[in-house]
Amino acid sequence: MSRGMGRLALFLGVGYAFLYIPIALLVVLSFNDSRLITAWSGLSFRWYVALWNNERLIEAALLSVRIAAVAATGATAIGMAAGFALARFGAFRGRGLFGAMVAAPLVMPEVITGLSLLLLFVALAESIGWPGERGVSTVTIAHITFATAYVAVVVQSRLTDFDRSLEEAALDLGARPWKVFLLITLPLIAPALASGWLLAFTLSLDDLVIASFTSGPGASTLPMVIFSALRLGLTPELFALATVIIVVVSAGLLVALKLGRVASARVGG
Amino acid sequence: MTRRLSAGQRLVLALPFLWLSLFFLAPFLIVAKIALSEGALGIPPYAPVLRWTDEGLLTIVLNLGNLATLVSDPFYLDAYLRSLRVAAISGVLCLVIGYPMAYAIARAPQHRRNLLLMLVVLPFWTSFLLRVMAWIGLLADNGVVNNLLLAAGVVSQPIPLLYTDFALYAGIVYCYLPFMVLPLYATLSKLDPVLLEAAADLGARPWHAFLTVTLPLSLPGIIAGFMLVFIPAVGEFVIPELLGGPGAQLIGRVLWMEFFINRDWPMAAALAIVLLLLLVIPIAWFQHVQGRASR
Repeated sequence: MSRGMGRLALFLGVGYAFLYIPIALLVVLSFNDSRLITAWSGLSFRWYVALWNNERLIEAALLSVRIAAVAATGATAIGMAAGFALARFGAFRGRGLFGAMVAAPLVMPEVITGLSLLLLFVALAESIGWPGERGVSTVTIAHITFATAYVAVVVQSRLTDFDRSLEEAALDLGARPWKVFLLITLPLIAPALASGWLLAFTLSLDDLVIASFTSGPGASTLPMVIFSALRLGLTPELFALATVIIVVVSAGLLVALKLGRVASARVGG
Repeated sequence: MTRRLSAGQRLVLALPFLWLSLFFLAPFLIVAKIALSEGALGIPPYAPVLRWTDEGLLTIVLNLGNLATLVSDPFYLDAYLRSLRVAAISGVLCLVIGYPMAYAIARAPQHRRNLLLMLVVLPFWTSFLLRVMAWIGLLADNGVVNNLLLAAGVVSQPIPLLYTDFALYAGIVYCYLPFMVLPLYATLSKLDPVLLEAAADLGARPWHAFLTVTLPLSLPGIIAGFMLVFIPAVGEFVIPELLGGPGAQLIGRVLWMEFFINRDWPMAAALAIVLLLLLVIPIAWFQHVQGRASR
C-alpha cells in the first residue's frame, strides 16, 4: 500500500513539475538583465520599468480589464438566470434546446464562435444599422455570450447540490417566490456567483480568438497586442507582464480562498 | 414529461433564452447562409443569397462551390483529418498524464485535496498566451532545454524542438490538462472506497481491482475530460500558430487564414460549418454525459 502511495505522489510531483516549470521560467527570465533568453546575465528590474513605460501594453491592459469587468457582470446576470432555470424549472418545454444553447459554448471551438458572431454583427449592421462600428461593445457582447455558459454551469451545480428545505419552508410560510429568492437562494449561491464572475472575468481577459474576430480598428485588447508582439519574437517585457499577472492572480485566488472559507463558515456549510 | 411554466418563471427564462438565441443560435444560421453564397469584392465580401432578378423576381442563388472545394481539395481534407488526429492524440496524452494525478488527489487526505486541486487549476487562471510563450522560451533553438543539453554535452548543436509536432503536443497538453483532471477528480472522489476493499477482500490484486472496479466507474469522468480536451483542440488556433511547424496546418489555422489573410468569408464560413458538423456528435455526446451528471 505504501509503495502505491509513493508512486501516486511521484505522479503528482511529475504532473506539478510539468505545470509549473514553464511558469517558473517566465518569472526567472523577467529578472534577467539580458535581452536574450540564451543566458543569465544578472539580476535586473529594467523590464518592469520598460513594461511600465510601454503605453501600448498598458492601454490595452486597461481596455481589457474594462471589457472583462462589464462582460463578467453581464455573464453573471444571464448565467444566473440560466443556471437557476436549468436547476429548478423541471422538464419545461424547450428545455432540451435551452440546455444545449447554454452548454454548447463550453466546448465550441473559438474560431467558430468568433466567426459566427462577427458575421451576425455584419448582418445586423447591414439590416438595422447597428453596430455601426465594431469595437469595445461588440467584443463585450461576444464575451458575455461565451462566458454565460460557464457561470450557468457553476450556478446550476451549486443549486443542484444544496438543500431545498429552507426555500420550501419559506414558501410554506407564505413568502413570495421572489422574496424567497432574494432572502434565501441568493445568499446561498453567492459564493457560486462570485466564482462564476471571476471565471468569466478571467476568460474575457484571456481571449484572443473571439476578440480578434469581433473587434474593430482602434480596440485592441491585451491578448491581441501580446499576440502581435509574440509573432515578432519573445521580449523580456512580456516575461515581466506574465510575472505581474501571475502575482496578481495568485494573490486574488488566496484572498478568494480566505473569503470563501469565511463565507462558508458563516452559512455553516 | 413537460410542464407549463408560471409567468414569473418565464420571465426568468426570457433573458438567457433571448440572449443566447440572438447571439449564439442565430449566428450559426448566418454562417450557413454565407457558406452558401459567392465570394465578392466589396464590404462585406460576399454576394447575397436572396437576390432580385432583373424581372423583379426574388430568387435564391445558392453556391455549393465552397463546400465542393472543401471536399475535393486535399489541402482542406488533410487539415480536417490532421486536426482530428492531433486532438485525439492530445486527449489521450492528457488522460495518461491527468488520470494518475486526479487519482492521487482523490486519494490524498481530505484537508489537502482543495490545495492540490487549486494547484492544478492555478495555471489556467494566468494568461493562456503567456503560458504558450513560456514554451517558446523552453523549446527555442537558444532556449532553456537546448542550452541545458549543450551545456551537458548531450548534443553538439541545438536540436530543433520549437515548430515541431513535439512542441504542438506539449503546448496543447499543457494548456488543456486542467480540463482533464477536474472531471476525472469529480468522479474519482465520489467513488466509494468500500468497493475496492470488497474487491481486495474477495482476493482481487490491486491492479485487477483497479481495472475491473475503478476504471469502469470513472468512465463518465474519462469521457467528459476527453471531450473537454478533444472538442476545443480540434479548432485550436493559437498553439499550432505559435508552437507548431509550417506543416501543422490545422483547421483552426486554415480558417483564420481564409478569413484574415485571403479575406474569403464564404470559404471561412464553409470551413466553420463543416467543422461544426464534424463536432456535432462529440458535442451531443458530451452534453448527454454532462446532463446525466448534473441530474
